[in-house]
Amino acid sequence: MTVSTNPTVGQEMEHPSAPLLRMERIPHVWCPSCGIGTVVKCYATALERSGVDLDKVSVVSGIGCSGRVAGYLKLDGFHTTHGRAIPFATGLKLGRPELLVTVISGDGDLVGIGGNHFIHAARRNLDLLVILINNFIYGMTGGQNAPTTPLGAKSSTMPFGNFETPFNLPHLAASSGASYVARWTCLHIRRLTWSIEEAIGKRGFRFIEAVAPCPTLYARLNKLGSGLDAMRFYHDTAEIRNGADTREVDVSFQSPIICGKFVDEERPTFLDLMHDHYSNRLGDGYVPMPPEGGMLHER
Amino acid sequence: MRYWRDPLDAGQIEAPGGDVHILADRCKGCGFCVEYCPRQVLEMSREFNRKGYHPPEIVDSRACVNCGLCEMICPEFAIFCLELAASTENPSRVLASPGAEAEEAR
Repeated sequence: MTVSTNPTVGQEMEHPSAPLLRMERIPHVWCPSCGIGTVVKCYATALERSGVDLDKVSVVSGIGCSGRVAGYLKLDGFHTTHGRAIPFATGLKLGRPELLVTVISGDGDLVGIGGNHFIHAARRNLDLLVILINNFIYGMTGGQNAPTTPLGAKSSTMPFGNFETPFNLPHLAASSGASYVARWTCLHIRRLTWSIEEAIGKRGFRFIEAVAPCPTLYARLNKLGSGLDAMRFYHDTAEIRNGADTREVDVSFQSPIICGKFVDEERPTFLDLMHDHYSNRLGDGYVPMPPEGGMLHER
Repeated sequence: MRYWRDPLDAGQIEAPGGDVHILADRCKGCGFCVEYCPRQVLEMSREFNRKGYHPPEIVDSRACVNCGLCEMICPEFAIFCLELAASTENPSRVLASPGAEAEEAR
């Protein structure tokens, strides 16, 4: 028999990630074998490993299953209206430039309803970390066709199969100007964690797509089994191709998911460009926003 | 862990021991930890938890090497692993050495 030297064994012990979670809200609402919880665990672990000051981290979510992440993490967060996570995060970052602003939301929220905000945030290279949890469908509202649903996959609004060409998200982000683009599945827990940790240490628009199983709608409507079957599918077919051309990483129905870090380049961010521009034009008359914000009160 | 060829320093490397904790009432029975545990420490139990799911149970706690994969992959924050300190109760195990396991079993 193994005997632990930890004095608290035997009593009800709490999970090591508990300091980062609002435990009074756990267990969460996500379905059995949904992958969103795994992505939250990877994000929490990456935060712990990176050693950032948790008072200087904020999480912004939109609407949907993944939109509930901001409510479960014990960090400053905001659960915004549908599709408006990136606009809120933009204001937060510009108002308090010292913060590490993370947007964690779903595919329907970020590239469906909020698609316009997504491409413009990438174009401006805003200093945001965007983690998009992609389950290929609108999960919370009943399985409607999403902008990421692969060709031929069934959804509740496309019972004979989807005929719309879906977005290739890494390519969308990279061609809009994101400075860090990666894609992993829920099975690649270590690589997803390392990737989030690496992105935390970088600047600019950082985009990480995390493919997650949706057992209740996507898998059920397409007869793909449980979330565990989706994990087995990732295990058998997912391919890691770092530095791949993002034009070639689109996902078709039950095709191998190409994972990896596709783009990693340093570019001046929106705030850098704004400071340079106004310093040149206005000289001493330009007072940049202090890192902790609050300039308006002092003047 | 089985290697097709034993590493040269296999005799000197001590595998850490892990202590797996399962918060059974939080589990929703997805089976990710059972499927992906590299040491087959876990198995789905036949018992029900408070919510009516089958949580995992520990079948071979000595095999655990504290890799933490179950903790990372669990979407419910319902399982975690703590490293066992090397002590007399936890005789150090040596990776990939069949003799050590036989000795441990005695």
